[in-house]
Amino acid sequence: MRIWKYGDDINTDMLFPGKYTYSCSKPDEIKPHLLEDLDPEFAANVQPGDIILTGKNFGCGSSREQPVVGLKAVGIQAIVARGFARIFFRSAINQGLLLIECPEAVDAYRENDEVTLHADRGEIRIGNTVYRFPRLPGEILAIRDSGGLLPHTRTMLRRRKGDAQ
Amino acid sequence: MGKTFAEKVLAKKSNQDAVVPGQIVTVKPDHLLTHDNTSAIVEKIMDDLKEYGVDNPETPVIVLDHVIPAASEKTAVNHQTARKFARDFGIRHFYELGTGVCHQVMVEKGLALPGDILVGSDSHTCTYGALGAFATGIDRTEAAAIMLRGETWLRVPDTIKINLKGRLRSPVSAKDLILTIISDIGADGADYKAVEFHGTIESLTIDDRLTMANMGVEMGAKIAVFPVDRQTVEYLIAAGVNSDRYEPVWADPDADYIQELTYHMDRIEPVAAMPHKVDNVKRVKDVPGLEIHQFLLGTCTNGRLSDLEAAAAILKGRRVAQGCRLLILPASKQVLDDALDRGIIQQLSLSGGIILPPGCGPCLGAHQGVLAPGERCLSTANRNFKGRMGCKDAEIILCSPQTLASSAIHGRLTDPRQEVRS
Repeated sequence: MRIWKYGDDINTDMLFPGKYTYSCSKPDEIKPHLLEDLDPEFAANVQPGDIILTGKNFGCGSSREQPVVGLKAVGIQAIVARGFARIFFRSAINQGLLLIECPEAVDAYRENDEVTLHADRGEIRIGNTVYRFPRLPGEILAIRDSGGLLPHTRTMLRRRKGDAQ
Repeated sequence: MGKTFAEKVLAKKSNQDAVVPGQIVTVKPDHLLTHDNTSAIVEKIMDDLKEYGVDNPETPVIVLDHVIPAASEKTAVNHQTARKFARDFGIRHFYELGTGVCHQVMVEKGLALPGDILVGSDSHTCTYGALGAFATGIDRTEAAAIMLRGETWLRVPDTIKINLKGRLRSPVSAKDLILTIISDIGADGADYKAVEFHGTIESLTIDDRLTMANMGVEMGAKIAVFPVDRQTVEYLIAAGVNSDRYEPVWADPDADYIQELTYHMDRIEPVAAMPHKVDNVKRVKDVPGLEIHQFLLGTCTNGRLSDLEAAAAILKGRRVAQGCRLLILPASKQVLDDALDRGIIQQLSLSGGIILPPGCGPCLGAHQGVLAPGERCLSTANRNFKGRMGCKDAEIILCSPQTLASSAIHGRLTDPRQEVRS
């Protein structure tokens, strides 16, 4: 498992360039361009289970969802940040991608530190220290735990239809 | 304790007496905006649409604007898919490419009303806060879910209050003011929060307010909102909406804010957002003489009539410097037609301007003005991110139309006060 470490204000143009926004929508089209203008090594080397550790305001800028769709598709386990931009935060819930706001963990990490994540317990271990992060409200977890917003919406629509009949 | 704008709108729209920051509420947005991404949105839910249909065909607003006219077969098919969807599902608010940038079309067509909740699969949806609406960006998946279900969740935000005093001194503009505010608050300073503008709002035109609200997301804001006044009412009447069709909402005087800032508008100076972050703001007089290769006047931030007019007044009788190109991107067809009527487009063309079709054009780097490595673009748009205009080895600097016009004459970043004085 590899840790990909980045700085503050990583915007969606760096995560997925705007010039591809209207020509690539499917995970396989997105993957080769992930983080293209930020880290050319990323797309070729990322492995399922990897974690991104980053600064404040991660995912700021455009509402394009390709960064989230792509990072979920390549199997990123979680993004741990000092903070996230709000559209990106919602988008991650919608795709079922785990985001963790934990500035202390980001600050504590040193290269080659071992990182272990216990999302269900709200804990992340960096080296020998355990850091806690807050859980999302129940309504929101329900969306993420359904596998994302569209599966959740389908459940709700079926329920609505069932009630009507 | 009084309530903020966001608390009042979200309480009303979720049928509750009161809500508090942090609370999650369920609301039915009054409109859902999508653009060229409509095709990607409906493709996600083709089978669901066949089974359940669109929750309410009056809710979606579709504006083709991002890559127009189509630059490739792929983008042409995107437009085709959106047209077919609108036809098949009876979406009345469909606007063909060339009508304008979606955000300008929303306000011109009277679709963004005070007190309404508007969501859009575009981050600059926050623009309609200029008219006293609760307007915010979402992603494509959420737009797809709202097409089907008609509702979504929102977290009640904390609010930052910005008190404005005095008035701006020409050629200083609303763009200089909002860039100054973003510089202070920071690109993340309003993450998850609402921003309310108070004070001497009457000195700002609706065009000014649209420029400012448009850039709310550049400080992370969920919404950036102005109170409704006589100018708002008159603007909406011109858009065909009488005041009996909406109920303005505004914060109580004793509302609770997480942060308050005060600006004396008379003291604002021409500023520019330097590469590659919008909060990297410098006074133009402190960075003069930077060589510029491409000038972009327009976009949903500064492509309205007053913006083109202000730039044309400075460029009158002058030409863009040799070796530079000046791109003109009106925010809408209506702006373009009005600017033609007033001779503004002719003026800009005589000064060397290349007139682009009303749409998003080069702002997102897809076409119509992509930069080459080592080039620098001075732009009146809202983002200067690395790679934004199609090349990661180019630079983008953001400024007002007045600074852009003054700089275009010299081919270098120039304080507009210098040009207006001479």
